[in-house]
Amino acid sequence: MQKTKLHVQDISLSFGGIRALQGVDFKVNEGEILAVIGPNGAGKTSLINSINGFYRPQSGNIIFEDQVISNLPPYRRAQLGISRTFQNIALYTNMTALDNLMAARHIHMRSNMLTGALFWGPARNEEIAHRHKVEEIIEFLEIENIRKTIVGNLSYGLRKRVELGRALALEPTLLLLDEPMAGMNVEEKEDMARFILDIHERQGMTIMLIEHDIGLVMDISHRIVALDFGIKIAEGTPQEIGQNDAVIKAYLGQEY
Amino acid sequence: MSANIRPSGVFDTSYAQDISINRTWWDKLSGYLLFGLLLAIPFLLESTFLGDIVSPSWITTITKIAIFAIAAQGLNILMGYTGQISLGQAAFMAAGAYSSAVFVRELGFTFWTALPAAALFTGFIGLIFGLPSLRVKGFYLAMATLAAQNIIIWMIRYPLDNFTNGVNPLPLENFKPVFFGQTVNHNGMYFIIITLAVLLFLVARNIARTRTGRAFISVRDNDLAAELLGINVFAYKLQAFFISSLYAGIAGTLLAFHTQTILTTQFEFLVSIELLAMLVIGGAGYPLGPLFGAAFVLILNQQVIPNIQPAVGDLVSSVLTFIPKENVVTATKPILFGLILALFLILEPRGLAYRWEILKISWKIRPYSY
Repeated sequence: MQKTKLHVQDISLSFGGIRALQGVDFKVNEGEILAVIGPNGAGKTSLINSINGFYRPQSGNIIFEDQVISNLPPYRRAQLGISRTFQNIALYTNMTALDNLMAARHIHMRSNMLTGALFWGPARNEEIAHRHKVEEIIEFLEIENIRKTIVGNLSYGLRKRVELGRALALEPTLLLLDEPMAGMNVEEKEDMARFILDIHERQGMTIMLIEHDIGLVMDISHRIVALDFGIKIAEGTPQEIGQNDAVIKAYLGQEY
Repeated sequence: MSANIRPSGVFDTSYAQDISINRTWWDKLSGYLLFGLLLAIPFLLESTFLGDIVSPSWITTITKIAIFAIAAQGLNILMGYTGQISLGQAAFMAAGAYSSAVFVRELGFTFWTALPAAALFTGFIGLIFGLPSLRVKGFYLAMATLAAQNIIIWMIRYPLDNFTNGVNPLPLENFKPVFFGQTVNHNGMYFIIITLAVLLFLVARNIARTRTGRAFISVRDNDLAAELLGINVFAYKLQAFFISSLYAGIAGTLLAFHTQTILTTQFEFLVSIELLAMLVIGGAGYPLGPLFGAAFVLILNQQVIPNIQPAVGDLVSSVLTFIPKENVVTATKPILFGLILALFLILEPRGLAYRWEILKISWKIRPYSY
């Protein structure tokens, strides 16, 4: 029996009259890659936003490593080890790629305004120590040449990669990827898939991703959860999902 | 904001070198030289030929520049780095000026204890007025800080007038700072103010490039992502309000002990706007922006405009004969000020500091600009 990393327990979320999620319930096992699929508006991003606290579901619980985190503010959840990327890139636009990653080291750093104001001493040593960590990630993602470029000036694919780096810089144990390959060409997608698999293999990180490219999802994920209109319609291995009638209906429509 | 650029032929071989700002011997030396030169200005004007060509009023102008650069640097941390617009910086200067005055007049503090006490006191007032930033941002927050401007000045004028003399001037002539047994006179304040301004600029720069500063910039660039990636956004907004007011408090205290008499009209809304203008002209979000802005605005206001006012008056009233000359003279300052601000917003929206960065980089990478 595998250990459960994250348990999304029967959560329901609605905005006014729109019910974004209705009783969604599933588990993410330790060390697996779980994909969430579904047509546009199915509630995938709402699901991720609920997990890391940007939305508060009206009912249900989010249980992370046997701890109920439904009432924790988002930054506390990040400190527990949940990190994410965004569908529409949400980098710190005016910082360099390096500073973006360093900013994500925030939760591991200790210097405050006072030691930072002095700079010499603890703050400087900490800067250098964390720089080593960040440089490891930069090397892993092969973005050495752009480390000192303002991210606002980077191309879309590179920004996506920097954003993945920023999520990794938190050293999470659960990584949420919201459409990491949206809008990319085939090579960029393959690169990204390689990085995701490498992260999973090297660090045994639990990854939950949303993706529209079904072929790719089938290839890299261990299990898939399918959503439609805020309801979980299927859950299982890629093979099971590929043959699931409800999923096929949601994607291709029903024949009359 | 951009990465440190090294001159051609200088390579960083460790992270310590990479993050250092003063990397080469010239970087270090030029800093000390500039500081020394600033401190030497009064002596140079007094005892060399420079005194004949430069008016002594420049000493006052430079002192004012240093004071307002400190206040604008506070605003820079709040607005330039953290992205929270504030329209009440002058009121926080007033809080600093009046609290330090009350500390020395009523509680027997000296200048040296009143300065940090007033700074901290103002910092905490800033915290209180920073509370709305939990819920509102952008222009709505600016409106909320407008409340600070009005409430603080009103508090000083009316309910607390027993201590503050209300709308009347509050004299501080008898409470000059004492430095190693010597009373510091009006001219001596120059050295205290310049030294503190330099120190506070170093502090601001160091905060900006370490953990706290990156958290501030994260909040400005994308508060949503910052919150989801482990930064307690509200706590950092409050810290920004605190440090910003602290700087304003120090600036206010220095202004009080420099002019040796304080009036609430020194800190009215227009001054807040002027500080905002300094930041826009100088470049928000750049460590040197406030200095450039304060220098530009104050040199314009105190040295340039008074000299050209009569000429402009003559010119305009000779062309448009139906306007009396006095009206033109009084209108010159606001019109010119508004015009220059508008021109800056159109032509150089990132401010003088941005231009300075570009100049610096192109100078450093000569002759091989790649």
